[in-house]
Amino acid sequence: MGEFIYYGDASLLKRPKWDDKNAEDKFYKYLYLRKNIAGIHKELWFHQQGDRSWLVVTRNTKNHEILKVELATEVVKGLDK
Amino acid sequence: MSKMNRIKSSLIDTKKEINFVFNGKKYKGFKGDTLGSALLANNVKLIGRSFKYHRPRGIISHGSEEPNGLVELINEHYNEPNTKITTLELYEGLKAKSQNCWPSVKYDLMSINDKLSNFISAGFYYKTFMWPSSFWEKIYEPVIRKAAGLGSLTLSNCDRNSEKGYLHCDVLIIGSGPSGLISAYIAGVSGVRVLLVEEDFIFGGSLNNETLTISDMPAIDWVKFIIKELSKLKNVKLMNKTELIGMFDHGVFGAIEKNKYKKIDQIFWKITSKKTLLCSGSTERLIPFQNNDLPGIMLSNSIRSFVNRWGVKSFKKVLLFTNNDDAYSTAINLIDNEIDCIGIVDIRDKPKNVDPKIKVYTNSQVINAYGNLKLQSVDVVNSDGKIINIECDFLGVSGGWNPNIHISCHTGVKPEWNNKILAFTPGKKNISTHLEAAGSANGKFTLNECFNDSEIKTIKILNELKIKPKKYVIPKTKKETFNIDPFWFVKQGSKRKWVDLQNDVTVKDIEIAYNENFRSVEHLKRYTTLGMGTDQGKTSNVTGLAILANLSNKSIPEVGTTIFRPPYVPVSLDAFVGSVTSKNYKPTRLTPTNSWAQANGASFVESGLWLRAEWYTKKNEKHWRESVDREVNSVRNSVGFCDVSTLGKIDIQGRDAQKFINKIYSNGFAKLPVGKVRYGLMLREDGLVMDDGTTARMGEDHFIMTTTTINAESVYRHLEFCHQCLWPEMDVHLISTTDAWAQIAIAGPKSRKIMSKIVDEQFDISNENFPFMACKELTICGGITARLFRISFSGELAYELSIPTQYASSLVTHLMEVGKEDNIVPYGTEALGVMRIEKGHAAGAELNGTISALNLNMGKMVSSKKDSIGIILSKREGLCLPDGLRLIGLKPINPKNQLISGSHLFNENDTKKPENDMGYVTSSCYSPTLKSFIALAFLKNGNGRYGEKIKVSNPILKSEDLAEICNPVFVDPNGDRLRE
Repeated sequence: MGEFIYYGDASLLKRPKWDDKNAEDKFYKYLYLRKNIAGIHKELWFHQQGDRSWLVVTRNTKNHEILKVELATEVVKGLDK
Repeated sequence: MSKMNRIKSSLIDTKKEINFVFNGKKYKGFKGDTLGSALLANNVKLIGRSFKYHRPRGIISHGSEEPNGLVELINEHYNEPNTKITTLELYEGLKAKSQNCWPSVKYDLMSINDKLSNFISAGFYYKTFMWPSSFWEKIYEPVIRKAAGLGSLTLSNCDRNSEKGYLHCDVLIIGSGPSGLISAYIAGVSGVRVLLVEEDFIFGGSLNNETLTISDMPAIDWVKFIIKELSKLKNVKLMNKTELIGMFDHGVFGAIEKNKYKKIDQIFWKITSKKTLLCSGSTERLIPFQNNDLPGIMLSNSIRSFVNRWGVKSFKKVLLFTNNDDAYSTAINLIDNEIDCIGIVDIRDKPKNVDPKIKVYTNSQVINAYGNLKLQSVDVVNSDGKIINIECDFLGVSGGWNPNIHISCHTGVKPEWNNKILAFTPGKKNISTHLEAAGSANGKFTLNECFNDSEIKTIKILNELKIKPKKYVIPKTKKETFNIDPFWFVKQGSKRKWVDLQNDVTVKDIEIAYNENFRSVEHLKRYTTLGMGTDQGKTSNVTGLAILANLSNKSIPEVGTTIFRPPYVPVSLDAFVGSVTSKNYKPTRLTPTNSWAQANGASFVESGLWLRAEWYTKKNEKHWRESVDREVNSVRNSVGFCDVSTLGKIDIQGRDAQKFINKIYSNGFAKLPVGKVRYGLMLREDGLVMDDGTTARMGEDHFIMTTTTINAESVYRHLEFCHQCLWPEMDVHLISTTDAWAQIAIAGPKSRKIMSKIVDEQFDISNENFPFMACKELTICGGITARLFRISFSGELAYELSIPTQYASSLVTHLMEVGKEDNIVPYGTEALGVMRIEKGHAAGAELNGTISALNLNMGKMVSSKKDSIGIILSKREGLCLPDGLRLIGLKPINPKNQLISGSHLFNENDTKKPENDMGYVTSSCYSPTLKSFIALAFLKNGNGRYGEKIKVSNPILKSEDLAEICNPVFVDPNGDRLRE
């Protein structure tokens, strides 16, 4: 097992509201229609063998260059909820 | 073998004989030999059979570009196929054999393929094996499997010692030829950390093969001198026998160090460098003509190398064939060593600087080769158009040189075409700022140019590292030129002309591919398999491209190139694995009562990383079922205990802990009072069941969640995700306490009696004050902190007791003492499993990732009055089918018939075919309580069918049974015993 666990596109941070009108459609899009970009991508990583923080990593998937790392908690607090 | 077969070479120590065996025959070589040079010196020309047509083949080169010289190395416990004889350093006792031939390399039955070649040319797999489709499984596949592949594996354990290691440096230099050495020297004296890697077992690269002069001394002596100088520098690390296999992101490189004489056979190094200089040299290429694969036809520079470096004297009459100046060096070296060089066939009109000693056939071509298993003569078309037959035992071919650019392509940079040298050089446009190429790898083919180019590149790198170069001297060399005319293959003749010797690709195959419209380089490659062998087409790719360009009337850069991918040379999988195998790969987790269980007759079973007691065998018990049945009966009738410490335990605290848990579980937790436990069902966001367990409220803001053993990690990760990524505003703190707390289940009608003997007096655990689903923090055995939960997996009156791990072993010993009069027993996972099946509790086999709450008859546990993970998507139509799968129980009509897990269910009168499939069996066991085999299963519309009969069928094990559908809760369906 690696130090980090990869979770894909960071849009998972934007969970729809359960009591919205089109909740089922919104959840479907939230869960299944995530991006998988060749290029600069914001994605989720879990520091499992470390401090157990969820991270939003901005990474160029073409050359694996890590451009930015943020705590998911900070990113979520900054989102327009 | 006599020493007469060797020319004097300072790199071969004829005083040190080495014995080896090839194809069962004994030979002698010397220290300094490769297996290839030793075989050649012993006049062994036929090495193996080719991949597809099983044509006889000999070695053509002297290095890692070798396409033919692959053998199976015979070790004590395992054989290593596809070992390159041209790079394998000879060692005492080496044993090897030819591959791809049966019964022997001389009489190979599969060479029938050669006669069938008209039918198995390019694309034959795709055409031939298309139809009829029913033939695929039974006829085509077994035949292909038997014939396909290079070499074969011994299916025994490979006991090689492999390790992994890490290296860091400022400048990594790949290759120790003239460019690598001078660059290492300039960088080394300037004080940066230099790592020089060389795949050969000696340093010097091409300098070892030539008779050049550097600073007025033989090049070989200059190599020794510069290596000595470099060895004095503490900031320089020199590694031979180390193959650089790939460049990865962020300046990370992979390399394999192989050393037969060290304790560790191979080391996989991960190298991180700030800057890297590729000094990997270049590789000569062939010119395809008819029958150019006969043993004895080699690369021109390889013949020269075998003479100069290895002192091989087996060449009797050598003819050369070239389109460039390089073959002339070979001719001079042969003549100087009194080997009969009968001439050079040069396609050019007026080659420059020809030594009068050499006979040259200008404006001529070699058009055919003859011989049985080895070269005997060739046909040459001379400038007058006449065909003359020339006898020779070796033909050296030089079709020009390809810089070894492979590693420069590994990060996706395309190479560039250089029309002056007619070859690709490392791409400059987008080249990673990390890597520079110098010398021959950069298309600078003369020694003088190599030194100049390396100096420029090394200074550039030092500047980028902000290091001021110290004083150094570039050695004196003679100025030379390199001239080449474009000439890619001989057009004359209709017989096969070989381009890729390893994958048996001919000029005609490329024509077929082109005519069938496979015209892009990538299509050509896959359709013909050009360059797809273990040599990655090092001698063939560019030639193949040139032929394609010729056919399409395009230039080579217009046709393009495929880029190379790691690894540069084949790597055996055990090198990547290193020492991380079996228990080093997968450590064993022991439960706190492991040693006690061992001492008390337990057998163990792996459960994830855990080793758990599966049952405890008593003296007179001969079969495991006897032990398990006894354990179950003891629990159901008296009392037993089981170590359930492996269950995941997550401590959840904080002001919002309850709100948080209420969002994690699909059922309601908002009203769970302090001192109570509740069963919780956890869904994934897609609405399917993720895990289940119990959560106890120990205090206002303090909860303890349990998970299944297998999902302990993933549930914890999920909880952290929900907290950090979805609801960071909640005041919740999570910690995994699985290892901190041991948990022992004490179950059976007598369990309260046992508990009252160990729980300290001041705590009341009567049914009234500590009822089913109660929990409490208390002390046992005179003050030891413990947590007691009245929960039951077995269906009996039962408790789970949590204590700090270090007390677990003493606790079970104590339980045995206080339970003696009630015949208390320890029970294992098997009895645990039997009792949970008897109670219809879902476990791992049921929570298989495809199951909804409704399937488990737990639809009502998904509360739609609140938000929780998975609540929305669990309502999707497909998950809520009224006649969907439901968890049911099965009782075989004959109670002695075992129902097999994984069996499928069919209605009594239906034929067994997929569209009639009604469900499947998930768990099965013998129930000593019911005195019958029983099973849990998912059945369509199952809970409306209790009492009906159904076929339980397992076509793989060829079993079929009839069973009665029933309530999955076989024992005590009303749950009275839990509450007693």
